[in-house]
Amino acid sequence: MSHAILVDLTLCVGCGACTTACQQVHNFPEKENPTLDDKNFTTIRTVTENESGDEYYVRKMCRHCEEPACASACLVGALTKTKDGAVTWDTNKCIGCRYCMLACPFDIPKYEWSSMSPKVRKCTMCYQERHLTADMELDDAGYVLDASGERVVIEGREITAEDRDTIIELTTNMDDNRASACSVACPMEATVFGERDQLLAEAKRRILESPDDYVPRIYGQKEVGGTSVFYLSNVSFESLGFYTNLENSSYPDKTWRVLEKIPDIVVTAGVALGAVYWITNRREDVKRYEEEIKSKRSKKKA
Amino acid sequence: MKLAMPRITFWKVTAAVFLLGGLAATIVRFGWGLGAATNLTDITPWGLWIGFDVVTGVGLAAGGFTLAGIVYIFHLERFKPIVRPAILTAFLGYSLVIVGLMFDLGRPWAIWHALIYQNPHSVLFEVAMCVMLYTTVLALEFSPVVLERFKLHRALKFVKAITIPLIVLGILLSMLHQSSLGSLYLIVPQKMHPFWYSPMLPVFFFVSAVAVGLGMTIVESYLSARAFGKTLETPLLRDLARIMLGVLLVYFTMRGIDLLRRDALHLLFEPSFETSMLYLEVSLMLIIPLLLFNIRGWGQTRVGLFFTAFSMVLGFVTNRLNVTLTSLESYYRENFGTSYFPSAGELIVTISIVTAGFVLFALAVKYLPIFPEHEEETVLRIGDAPDRSSAPPLEGTPAAELRRH
Repeated sequence: MSHAILVDLTLCVGCGACTTACQQVHNFPEKENPTLDDKNFTTIRTVTENESGDEYYVRKMCRHCEEPACASACLVGALTKTKDGAVTWDTNKCIGCRYCMLACPFDIPKYEWSSMSPKVRKCTMCYQERHLTADMELDDAGYVLDASGERVVIEGREITAEDRDTIIELTTNMDDNRASACSVACPMEATVFGERDQLLAEAKRRILESPDDYVPRIYGQKEVGGTSVFYLSNVSFESLGFYTNLENSSYPDKTWRVLEKIPDIVVTAGVALGAVYWITNRREDVKRYEEEIKSKRSKKKA
Repeated sequence: MKLAMPRITFWKVTAAVFLLGGLAATIVRFGWGLGAATNLTDITPWGLWIGFDVVTGVGLAAGGFTLAGIVYIFHLERFKPIVRPAILTAFLGYSLVIVGLMFDLGRPWAIWHALIYQNPHSVLFEVAMCVMLYTTVLALEFSPVVLERFKLHRALKFVKAITIPLIVLGILLSMLHQSSLGSLYLIVPQKMHPFWYSPMLPVFFFVSAVAVGLGMTIVESYLSARAFGKTLETPLLRDLARIMLGVLLVYFTMRGIDLLRRDALHLLFEPSFETSMLYLEVSLMLIIPLLLFNIRGWGQTRVGLFFTAFSMVLGFVTNRLNVTLTSLESYYRENFGTSYFPSAGELIVTISIVTAGFVLFALAVKYLPIFPEHEEETVLRIGDAPDRSSAPPLEGTPAAELRRH
């Protein structure tokens, strides 16, 4: 089952519960009016619409693309699109090259610029957090163990029993389902966590039922080949600062189209070079042979 | 016993100052991190070190495969005297690209991860493999010089036996590598200025690399002539320049057609920062070299050829910096109200890497048989008096080798 998040901007009141919950679940220092960085994975921005002067709240987070440019860019495959729907990353693999940051069409991955061992970090849709359960075993020092008996490490942090309980509380919603911390915290149901197909149907239903309250567009349905975060709005997405020049096709395809030709190029060019060498080499041989004959003849004459 | 003090010259002092500055910047980079040493941010993740040290550096090393191909595959043997300096430049260039990468990677000690956690969908993985394999190939292509110097005949025989497969492999790897640096940017069409984003980027990168490989060879042989009295015959360089200009004409025709196809031609007439940078690139890379080369009587002298090629090399550098830095500026400006310009630390590191390249090249020419030994008349005929004090006679370079071809 592939998960997704639906953000209905018409319901958002800009309270910041989602950003606080995000900071808590990842054990980040709490900040007022945070910006997106290596210790903060979601923000709420107040945008004043140009024509009406009305204020809107825009939540920014990783879109968990269906075909993520970041995952295709990463040379060590540290970023992965999971079946769960989340795009996760493996801290240990990262070599700190930052190509994912350049490649991301939404400018989401952030870097630990002040660290001496800097890695890329971003929202994981609480992937590991959602998979922590209360019945997981503990070792003697009180750390949570996974099925193979290794300590659970989330973003470089080993998880104690206390951490686990906090995380489970923050990622369990009212229906007792596991969900991302931001969606659990949202008091207005402006951020909803759920199954991708169902959320997409829900988004369509809202637009169809109240066409006056929404612009007829689900941002994230088609952009960059589809994402796992959908936005609904009652004003144009362009006026809210969303990128509206993105193509509706997969971004990784743009580089794969070239990469997949490499074997053909190598074989063709290799044979071509060999052929040229063969011809020019033969020409040299012939020339040398002719000169030999010529010199023999001239000797004979002499 | 008297020890001879090395002569102190202006260029030696300059090199020392740059290298000391580079050392200071290196301490900041590895002592306080990327955030302290660079102007890079979450919005501008790639800067001068990728744009110049890696993307431009690999291009400037293209002479190695261009000349090797011309001489060994196309059998244009009269260019043989230029192969060694070209391969030396390529080898040094690639080594310094790796040094540059070490500065830019956040966790350089984890670079071996590329070998075990391979992601074949990543262009950067292709780049990493090419850097690694081609540096190895270049080391082998260059090894006869060292083996000759130390008279290791058996090893020399072995390397000579595999020369042709090595050269073919080197050309294939270069084709992939030069083009892959362009492919890196295919994934960000919406971020780059239409002057420089094109689905054709990999092809453009490869073709311009062929041209700059020739340009760099001309520049090097002129500088070597001045510094060490090692000269190459002017007619050879003239032919190289002519091929270079031919390749450039093809290259810019392709770029023009590409702009036309993408309906971006009208942007050429809209004044902007990007337009000026494009004009600078085209002038340095194509127009000035074409004009200089065609100045009657002067354009095809040694000095004229040097300036023709030097302008092209500068234009090539401008092109790579335009693709990697300039083309993203409008994206940064419009969406984040910000802009990227390298920090002093980034500039100093880059300058000292270039300096290290010059110093290593000079040392190699001094102690290894890189350039063919010329008869004195040849040198005098060309008009560059050899500087005996800085160029001791080389051992084991049979001048006969040159005359044979």
